Amino acid sequence: MSAGALPALLAAEESGRGVLSPSGVEIVFLLVAVVVLGAAILCVTSRHLVHAALYLVVALGGLAVEYLLLTAEFIAWVQVLIYLGSVVVLLLFGLMLTRAPIGPSPDADSANRPVALVVSLAAAATLVTLVVDAFRTTWIDLDTPHGRSDALGESLFRAWVLPFEALSVLLLAALVGAIVISRARRDDSEEGRG
Amino acid sequence: MHLVHPATLAVLLFCVGLYGVLARRNTVLVLMSVELMLAAVSLNLVAFDVWLADELHSGQVFTLFLIALAAAEIGIGLAIVLLVYRRRGTVALDRLRALRDGPGAVAPPDEVHDPDARPAATADAAARGQEATP
Amino acid sequence: MTTTTAAVLALLLPFAAAALILLTGRKAPGFVRPLAVLPTVAAAALTVLVAVRQGGGAPITAATVLTPTGDPSLPVELALHLDGFAVLVAALVAVVATAVQLYSTGYLRDDPRYPSYAALVSLFTAAMLLVVYTDDLVVLLVGWEVMGICSYFLVGHYWERPAARTAALKAFLVTKLGDVPFLIGILVLASEAGTFRISHIVNGLNSSLADFELERPTLVALLLLAGVAGKSAQFPLHTWLPGAMAGPTPVSALIHAATMVAAGVYVVARLLPVFTASTAALSVLAVVSALTAVGAAIAALAQDDLKRVLAYSTIGQLGLMTGALAVGSRDAAVFHLLTHGAFKALLFLAAGVLIHTAGTGSLGIMARTRDIKRRAPDAFWAMTIGLLALAAIPPFSGFFSKEAILHAAETAALDPAGAPAGVPAAGAWLVLVATLLTALLTAAYATRLWLMAFHDPVSARPEPLPQPPRGSGATTLVLWLLAVPALLMGLGYRWLPSWLDGTSLAPTLGTSAVATGAALVGAAATWAAWRRRYEMDEPPDPGPTLLGTRFHRGAAAGFHLDTATTALAARPTEGAARLTRFVDSAVVDTYVRGAAALPGLLGRLVRRAQNGNAQTYLTVLVAAVIVLLVTTALASTGG
Repeated sequence: MSAGALPALLAAEESGRGVLSPSGVEIVFLLVAVVVLGAAILCVTSRHLVHAALYLVVALGGLAVEYLLLTAEFIAWVQVLIYLGSVVVLLLFGLMLTRAPIGPSPDADSANRPVALVVSLAAAATLVTLVVDAFRTTWIDLDTPHGRSDALGESLFRAWVLPFEALSVLLLAALVGAIVISRARRDDSEEGRG
Repeated sequence: MHLVHPATLAVLLFCVGLYGVLARRNTVLVLMSVELMLAAVSLNLVAFDVWLADELHSGQVFTLFLIALAAAEIGIGLAIVLLVYRRRGTVALDRLRALRDGPGAVAPPDEVHDPDARPAATADAAARGQEATP
Repeated sequence: MTTTTAAVLALLLPFAAAALILLTGRKAPGFVRPLAVLPTVAAAALTVLVAVRQGGGAPITAATVLTPTGDPSLPVELALHLDGFAVLVAALVAVVATAVQLYSTGYLRDDPRYPSYAALVSLFTAAMLLVVYTDDLVVLLVGWEVMGICSYFLVGHYWERPAARTAALKAFLVTKLGDVPFLIGILVLASEAGTFRISHIVNGLNSSLADFELERPTLVALLLLAGVAGKSAQFPLHTWLPGAMAGPTPVSALIHAATMVAAGVYVVARLLPVFTASTAALSVLAVVSALTAVGAAIAALAQDDLKRVLAYSTIGQLGLMTGALAVGSRDAAVFHLLTHGAFKALLFLAAGVLIHTAGTGSLGIMARTRDIKRRAPDAFWAMTIGLLALAAIPPFSGFFSKEAILHAAETAALDPAGAPAGVPAAGAWLVLVATLLTALLTAAYATRLWLMAFHDPVSARPEPLPQPPRGSGATTLVLWLLAVPALLMGLGYRWLPSWLDGTSLAPTLGTSAVATGAALVGAAATWAAWRRRYEMDEPPDPGPTLLGTRFHRGAAAGFHLDTATTALAARPTEGAARLTRFVDSAVVDTYVRGAAALPGLLGRLVRRAQNGNAQTYLTVLVAAVIVLLVTTALASTGG
């Protein structure tokens, strides 16, 4: 943050909106953000594999709340439906199929962990500095909702219909690919289970 | 609402996901961390779309696409993890080192099933069978 | 046909024959024999025609610019210079070459490599004629080197034998050792004289009108002398000639007796004014010739191999020729060159027949063998005539030419005022004494050769003679053809002066009596020694008795000159090579290995990073991205 940041913030405060005088939505947003971050950190640090998946559910659910707060209601519901409904279930299936232990597993983290911590902290510091410095005087106008289902649907099926169709083909291909890859071949089932 | 809030949340979420990707040993956990990173990106897209009040809703539409892609990714990724597990009996990332340099780069044969060896073996079996039948 | 055309044709015919034989010899072996003989015969006829037409008159010169050099006033010219020396030597070369080609058709009848042999002999003939006829030093050098390479190939004709391979290599290298200074000498001479033309240089030096002198005559003469010593087998570069006898006998007759080795003498004769300009060079020439003549004659007395005896004899006779040049008498030198060419070719060709008949070249074995005389009567008579000529017994040809040399030396020694300018009296005395001594020794080894080869032992154990190969008509014909000049050429002293410089070549009574007396003494002493050993039933070799056993052994080994060469030149070179190898492997390679070690170490470090762990890769990747990001951000904000 450069030296000119403080006067700008003070100037913004005078106009009625500021960091030091948050609105109600902002307070809720920040509280939920704390929950999301906490769940995410627990998710990547937990020694219980299944717990990690459940923390992921909390984090992604909190994120859906954040979408709602940002007036993107359709995205919020899609998030709940697809992430919480299917992705996490898939992950749980994956854990079960790879015979993940039920209790705490001491080897959940690899030897790379200290380096990873340093790298991600550095990344966080850099990016936070960058983002705060860039957007410190930017406010979102939440008075007119900008994520209503009808408007989004219209846009999706008018302007974005071609990418939408392409994506559907991609999904189909991914489906077929997943089936082909994971299909148990006879020889695999014979000798694969070391 | 101040744009810094969602943007900072997205950054922190991304870095948590990054830590998970770099530090976790179990491949399924790594996939979960990847989901966290994707979610962070989604949050960014939504926040900036709302801020810009884009006519075409590009950010939110992209988020939709992203969610769909994440679903596809998780499907393929889990399929690969399952395959690896069946072949190697493990999903620990730091034990999957077949591409490393130097001696012992290729895992011992009881761990790896050489796909080339199999046809020969079946041919042998077939030959034995032919010998046996007459 | 003008004389010039005839000369050019005589030169080109053998060359074309060589090219044709090399091209077609493998596919059409039937044509090789006519292709080898007929052009050489034609060349011989043409050279004789040229000699007759020229007839001792004014030199005929024809020249055309061959190629410019860096200096516009110094072009290389394709020049012919037909004076008496050139036409006579050319006639000798072509006639001996014809004789040798004819002889070879019989001698190498069953040799599978006859085509290449014939081609090389033809090429050699062309090169030698080029050397003889040309007036340009560079063209002369070309012919000179072509002769050298032909000699190399022909000595190595039987390359299956290690001795032949070694001898060929030795002949080539030793002559090249002389040729390098020779080349430098030519260049120095040309740059000082301002021309490559021999006739211009000689005229300039001879003429009292033109104020023309060489700046460094001694240097030029000594440099040229090195090449001459190499080619003409003079001490100390003579060691290649005895070894060169590993080649076929006709080649020894043509190249290593009659013609090529005489080329050095011929070149000195042509360039004699250059040598007489320097007393020091003439002194060196005199010392070299005396050493060569006496040393070679002693060595010849001790050799067992027939061809080696003849080879040392050739060296000795060449020493006499250079002796004549050292006293400034090129007439005598060329006279001896001509007669020697005739009788030495005869001796070698007869020796070839003898070796075929006896199945060996060793005199010791021949001495124990019966009936050689009866089995090969032509060879016996040819050999006898040749040896008499070699021993300078009147009235054979060798007598007259040796008399001419003696006379010239005596004149220069006793009457320095009457001798050509620049001839040192001491050198003349040296040459005189050496010539007399050589006359004695020559007669001795000729007698020894004759007695050992032809005298049948009475009481000694007779050994059965191997079935002699069928004699060839061509061989016999050639022997008698060459016997005639060996017998009679000496009488040419009456007409030769008109071709040459005009000095009288007639024998004088005093020197004749002394030289012939010396020769008779040598022959008689040898006969006596042989007789004594013969009666004592020892191996009938008079050599050890005459020379003393120890000295005989040294002389048989060529006075251990090869050993000295090995110790002085070969060993240090080998040592230096070993040192270089050691330095290369131990010192230079250490640096190379050291230079390789650092990249190797870095490579090992980098390899360690390739541990196959995807997480590590990704960590490094992300860290690098962050570093880049921070750097970019700091750089763009100027902080």
